[in-house]
Amino acid sequence: MAARLDVRKTYKLYVGGKFPRSESGRSYEVTDAKGRFVANAAMASRKDARDAVLAARAAFAGWSGATAYNRGQVLYRVAEVMEGRHAQFAEEVARAEGLTAAKARAVVDAAIDRWVWYAGWTDKVAQVAGAANPVAGPYFNLSVPEPTGVVAVLAPQASSLLGLVSVVAPVVAGGSTCVVLASERRPLPAVVLGEVLATSDVPGGVVNLLTGVTAESAPWLASHEDVDALDLAGAAPLPGEDATVDWGALEAAAAATLTRVVRPAGSATSEEPAVEPDWTVLPDGPRRVLAFMETKTVWHPKGR
Amino acid sequence: MTATTPALTDRVRDVLGSTTLDDASLRRWLHGLPGVDEVGAHGRAAMLGTRSVKTTSKAWALDLAVSMVDLTTLEGADSFGTVRSLCAKARVPDADDPACPKVAAVCVYNDLVPVAVEALAGSGVKVAAVTTAFPSGRASLPVKLADTRDAVQAGADEIDMVIDRGAFLSGRYLKVFEEIVAVREVCDEAVALHGRRAHLKVILETGELSTYDNVRRASWLAMLAGGDFIKTSTGKVSPAATLPVTLVMLEAVRDWAALTGEIIGVKPAGGIRTAKDAIKHLVLVHETAGERWLDPDLFRFGASSLLNDLLLQRRRMRTGVYASADRLTLAT
Repeated sequence: MAARLDVRKTYKLYVGGKFPRSESGRSYEVTDAKGRFVANAAMASRKDARDAVLAARAAFAGWSGATAYNRGQVLYRVAEVMEGRHAQFAEEVARAEGLTAAKARAVVDAAIDRWVWYAGWTDKVAQVAGAANPVAGPYFNLSVPEPTGVVAVLAPQASSLLGLVSVVAPVVAGGSTCVVLASERRPLPAVVLGEVLATSDVPGGVVNLLTGVTAESAPWLASHEDVDALDLAGAAPLPGEDATVDWGALEAAAAATLTRVVRPAGSATSEEPAVEPDWTVLPDGPRRVLAFMETKTVWHPKGR
Repeated sequence: MTATTPALTDRVRDVLGSTTLDDASLRRWLHGLPGVDEVGAHGRAAMLGTRSVKTTSKAWALDLAVSMVDLTTLEGADSFGTVRSLCAKARVPDADDPACPKVAAVCVYNDLVPVAVEALAGSGVKVAAVTTAFPSGRASLPVKLADTRDAVQAGADEIDMVIDRGAFLSGRYLKVFEEIVAVREVCDEAVALHGRRAHLKVILETGELSTYDNVRRASWLAMLAGGDFIKTSTGKVSPAATLPVTLVMLEAVRDWAALTGEIIGVKPAGGIRTAKDAIKHLVLVHETAGERWLDPDLFRFGASSLLNDLLLQRRRMRTGVYASADRLTLAT
C-alpha cells in the first residue's frame, strides 16, 4: 500500500464567517506545552483587527435583532457541533495545555457544558436583570437589558478552550458581537472553535477570532471608536510568566472613546499583576452576560 | 445636418473627416475606433489597484477625493429636509475638523434644485441636477429639454443628462448625438440667466452598454456632441462604475485631448463606497489621463456613502485611532 501524503492543516483567522490568512501575510510558530513545534498560525495585524471590527459591526443588527429564544437555539446548536468534534478539541487542548488525554477530555466536557449554560441564559437574562419599576404616576416604568454592541475580547492565555468559551459565550448570549484575540501561545483550539461556529448557524461576523500577539493587536481594539466594550481577561499572563499586556494602558485608551471595560479577575489596580482565574468553577450567575449589556428604561402610560 | 452652431459643424467635419453627418458617417467613425482589449483593461485596472498609497500621500489623496465628491441623493423619498441636511453635510463634511475640504457638488432631482441652491448659496459648492427623464431617459426630446430647462432656470450649475441607450444600442447614433447637442444648447441658456454656462455631464449608463467597445464609442460620441463631462452611470443599474470602465473612459478623454485640445472631465458614479476604492480611482486617473485630471473640475465621484468612509479615514489619520461612523453626521 502506498503511503499517504500528509494533509497538513493551515490554521487561519476567522473573520466575517470566512477563514482568511492575515492581511499582513505573517504567521508564527505555535509549540506544544513542551516547546515542540506544532503548526504555524496566522499572526493578525492591526488591519485584520480593523476588518474584524467592521465584520462584527455589520453582524450586530441581525444578531441583536434576533429573538433571545432564537439566539439560544443557535448557541445550543454550537454545543451540538462541538460535541461532534469532541475528539479533535481534546487533542488540541492536550497538546496546547500539556494535559493527559483524560484531563483534556474533561476540559472539553466542561467547555461544552459552559456553552450550553450560557445558551440557556439568552432568554432568561432579561427576566433576572429587567424590572418593572415602581413610579408615582399612572405609568409603567420598565428597565430592560440590551446588548451593548461590538465587544473586543482578550481571551485567557492559559485556558485555551474552557477559558475562551467562558468569555465568548456570555458576549454572544447577550446579543453583542465580538472580536476575540485568542490565547497568544495556545491559539489552535480557538481556530477549531471558529470552524465549529462557521458550521452551526451562527451568522458570519458575530464571533471573529484572531490569532497573534495579544500586546500588539489589543491597543488598536482598545482605542477603536467603534468598539463598545473591552474584556481584559487575557491580560493575565501564563502561570509563572511576566505580563506582556499593560491592561492599565488599555483601560485608559478605552476610556478615551467611552468603551466599557471588564478588568481581569483579581486585580483591583493595574499595579497588581493579573492572575487567571480557575475557569472550571461555574459562574455564580450571568454576571459576564450583563457586563456587556446596557439598561434601557422606558415610560409607558397605563391603559384604563 | 442638425448641428446648429457653425463651430460644432466645423468640428464634426474635422473629426469625422466627412461632409455629411448621419447615422452612417457616425457609425463609420465610431466603429473605426480601435477595439478595447478587455483582458488588458481588467489586468491594468487590477494592477493599478494594488498600488499602496500611505501617510502624507494618503492624506493628500483623501482630501482631494473629498473635494471631488458629488454628494448625491436620488430617491423617490427625497424631501426638502433630506436635501437641506445633505447640503449642510456638503458645506461642512466633518464638523470636528475645520480643515476638511468641502465637497464639489450636491446632485439632486431637478424639482429639488431650488432647495439646494438656497441651502448652498455662497458656499462654493455646486448644484447638479439629473434631467432628461433620469434614470431611464425614456421620454420625447421636448420633455427632456423642458426637464433640463427647468433645472437650468432654477439655478443648477451642472446638468447630468442620460443618453438614449436604446437608440445607441440599435445604431441610431445621430439621435443620441442630436439629443446631447440639444440639451447642451439648453445648458448654454444659463449664460443669459445666470451669467455662466451650466456644465453638461453625459451619463453613458455603461452597465447597459454591454461591451467596453460600446463604452469607448459612447464616450467619443458624447465628447463630439459637446459634453463637458462623461459619467459612467446613473447608480440605478448594476454594474455601475467599475475600474475597467473608468479606465476606458479616461483613455477616451486623454485621446480626445490629444486630438482636439479639449479637456473633458470624467465622473464615475455608483458603487464606489470606500476610501480604498476612491484612491484606486485616483491612481487610475493619474496613470491614464494624467496629473491634469487630478482636479475637481475634471474628475468627480458620484457617491453618497463614500464621503463618510473618506471622513473616517481622515479621522483615523488625524487622531491615530480607528474611527466610528457613529461620530459623523449621516450622509443622506
